[in-house]
Amino acid sequence: MPYHLTINGTLHDVDVEGEMPLLWVLRDVIGLTGTKFGCGIAACGACTVHVNGEAVRSCTLPVASITGPITTIEGLSVDSSHPVQKAWIEKQVPQCGYCQSGMIMAVAALVAHNPKPSEAELATTVTNVCRCGTYDRVREAVASLASV
Amino acid sequence: MTVSRRKAILGTVAAGGALILGYSLWPYPQREKARAVLGHSADNALITTWLKVARDNKTTIIVNHADMGQGSQTGLAQMLADELDADWNLVSILEAPAEEPFANGDMIKGLLLGGELNIPAILLPPLGYLAPKVSRLIGLQITGGSSSIRYTGVAAMRPAGAAAREMFVSAAALNWNVPASQLTTKLSHVHHAASGRSIPYGDLIEIASKLTPSDSPRLKTPDQFTVMGQPIPRPDIPEKVNGTAQFGIDKRLEGMKYAAIKHSPIFGGEVESFDEAAIKNMPGVVRVVKLDGAVAVVADNTWHAMNAVRALPVTFKGGESTGLSADAMYAGFEKAVAAMPDSDDRKQGDVEAALKGATTVVEATYRLPFLAHAAMEPLNCTVIAHEDGTAEAWAGSQVPLGARGAVAKALGISASKVTYHNLRMGGGFGRRLETDSITQAARIAGEMKGTPIKLTWSREEDMQHDKFRPAGVSRFRGGLDKDGNPVAWFNCYNWKDMPADACLVPYGIAHQHIGSVDAKAPVPAGSWRSVAHSRHGFFTESFVDEMAHAAKMDPYAFRKKLLADLPRHRAVLDRAATEAGWGLELQPITGLRRGRGIALQEAFGSITAHVAEISVDEDNKIHVDRVVVACDCGDIINPDSAQMQLQGGTNYGLSAALYGAIELKDGKVAQSNFDNYEVVRLADAPHIETHIIRSGAPLGGLGEPGTPGIAPAVANAVFAATGQRLRALPLKLESNRAPQTARL
Repeated sequence: MPYHLTINGTLHDVDVEGEMPLLWVLRDVIGLTGTKFGCGIAACGACTVHVNGEAVRSCTLPVASITGPITTIEGLSVDSSHPVQKAWIEKQVPQCGYCQSGMIMAVAALVAHNPKPSEAELATTVTNVCRCGTYDRVREAVASLASV
Repeated sequence: MTVSRRKAILGTVAAGGALILGYSLWPYPQREKARAVLGHSADNALITTWLKVARDNKTTIIVNHADMGQGSQTGLAQMLADELDADWNLVSILEAPAEEPFANGDMIKGLLLGGELNIPAILLPPLGYLAPKVSRLIGLQITGGSSSIRYTGVAAMRPAGAAAREMFVSAAALNWNVPASQLTTKLSHVHHAASGRSIPYGDLIEIASKLTPSDSPRLKTPDQFTVMGQPIPRPDIPEKVNGTAQFGIDKRLEGMKYAAIKHSPIFGGEVESFDEAAIKNMPGVVRVVKLDGAVAVVADNTWHAMNAVRALPVTFKGGESTGLSADAMYAGFEKAVAAMPDSDDRKQGDVEAALKGATTVVEATYRLPFLAHAAMEPLNCTVIAHEDGTAEAWAGSQVPLGARGAVAKALGISASKVTYHNLRMGGGFGRRLETDSITQAARIAGEMKGTPIKLTWSREEDMQHDKFRPAGVSRFRGGLDKDGNPVAWFNCYNWKDMPADACLVPYGIAHQHIGSVDAKAPVPAGSWRSVAHSRHGFFTESFVDEMAHAAKMDPYAFRKKLLADLPRHRAVLDRAATEAGWGLELQPITGLRRGRGIALQEAFGSITAHVAEISVDEDNKIHVDRVVVACDCGDIINPDSAQMQLQGGTNYGLSAALYGAIELKDGKVAQSNFDNYEVVRLADAPHIETHIIRSGAPLGGLGEPGTPGIAPAVANAVFAATGQRLRALPLKLESNRAPQTARL
């Protein structure tokens, strides 16, 4: 059935089953591939997007359950100017980069509520997996946000 | 340095007005000690670099190593750009296409493409394990083995840049009719101080391209470096923060269909039957394709394909791992290593006599499990097989030519009919040295000519059908004399892996016998970041620690004493110990037992020491608080990348130390996803400090040396904190607390 999704400020009408996870609507139906498939069970965070400004793992989020605007990595800013993106470049966080869309979205949601998270708050909230092991840089980049 | 080489200019001024300099180096002499570590063949390593300079002075450096996040494309470009005296702001990096003219040499061409498709079985089988012999060969073209900078960079990128610089100087000398000796270069310009003239390289490409590059261009000395050694930001990072980086899995084509796969859960099992009718009415399902030991469902999107393949009733039959479980496997390995080695890695002195004469004999047996690579991007490949017998394919691979060959073989066409595009890899770690998923995508596409097919493995398939880091058992006996000096080192382990010398220790012990027994399990194995070092690092550095404690010596001092003839090793060990505050008391924290552990590894041409500071809580859970890593990799091309690799390599090894275990149950992998194959996340990730020693020794690798030392450093720290010696990975202390100790 048709669903009307506001993604990055643009209205998309998609005709899919209601239980289809948002991840696959984004990637395969709409073609926004910045949001990544990592595990399919909401265990790794690679698929993190914002719904109503909250970080959610889109790989298990049925499209029928969505009631608010969606922001993906492509819509976080138009020109990579979001403070988290800038900090990620400044601190050279990504290695392979595959998990970083989700990592950045998770951090962006956190700092929107809590601009100066402690390391413990960061670790508790941002449980995304990075197999390249960029965690030191993630912490440095978040700390640099807090000092702005 | 002089390098014997065959050189070739691939073109003069090409269409578009760019000078293309193709600089082939062949054969590369076997002079680097580290080359033997990697196991390259003696005389057939062809390394090629490319440089393109446009009339507007834009400089494109083409690198033949793929990006999986390791940063070596930037480092390689820095090496060429520095020797060229290029203006870095004019430089862009292009990954070399997987085409014959850009192959790494006649040997590789012959190996991978010769006789059209004479691809070694080892590259393409369902159990495509890289046996040491073949790994030596494909090591010449792979992105792996921590080899990009120290081989391609040293042997090709720097000479190619230096030769090109000389060509621009010669061109300017001809142009101005002045002696070349009066000319200097800087920032992509040639300067003539006497007349005050300057000319950009871009204005010289027509003349320069007609010159013959020097056989032995003059290389810079380190004090002349301006780009090498600098923490230059990686050009690939901006696209990795806004979703525009294109990974293999992101490929989209008009009319594309999506495939998902299910393998025989028993390794080597075959498809006996499946009931296509049961799923044909599921949404979006297009068709089912039978593959070797697997079935795939093609649908209109990935979700539909994954749902349908999960629902598809399939009967598998047979398979080598039938009935095998972890306990029986380990028991078999332990029995095997209880015997003497049937293949020796080192035999010096008389170990048996030395053990008989020893005052103290220390004995210990260690074990570790299979590991999955668990790269964040599940395996995938997109292929379109055209009716006209050509094909096009997209994936992220550590072996682009092998990937192209795999597509060709699967389709039964010549490799020259395949255009292969290598995209970014969402992690490689050795998994993407294999081409199994690429073969499968091509087979499916071959059944549906004209339709682009993207095959994506689920995480469960990716984890359960990996080419695993082999499980293993390693038995030691060590002898100490009356003064606590080690006199004998005996080690027998199973499942020998590459590099062949990973089992050796640098310590000066007179009598040594190290060897392996041929005991394996019918489980597909492959290269896992740092390969055999990740296994032997834990074994040997745990055991030397046990010997130190048996000798009642400080583990750092004990190691140092055994490195009398190895000043680089000593310096690395000293640096790590000093920076970590070895010997100083750790700050006590109520309720925690704390300790430090140290480990030393020589791997991939670099010497690395880890010191781990850990805490054990009241529930006996191990927390790694801080890690200090010191590494002598000779010199650094990009200090920022170097730090990232050591930190990342350490975290990768830490996941294995604390969590990683792929175990068999009834012939099948018991783990399936990140909920039961845990990995390090922010909460577990220690603060990792890195210290690079620029000894001036030949460049060592950095992608892998950070990995092997962390598990033994943590295990040794656990012993220091608790007195308990953990001899198996992952490291787990028995929970010895009664429930009432739980606090609110």
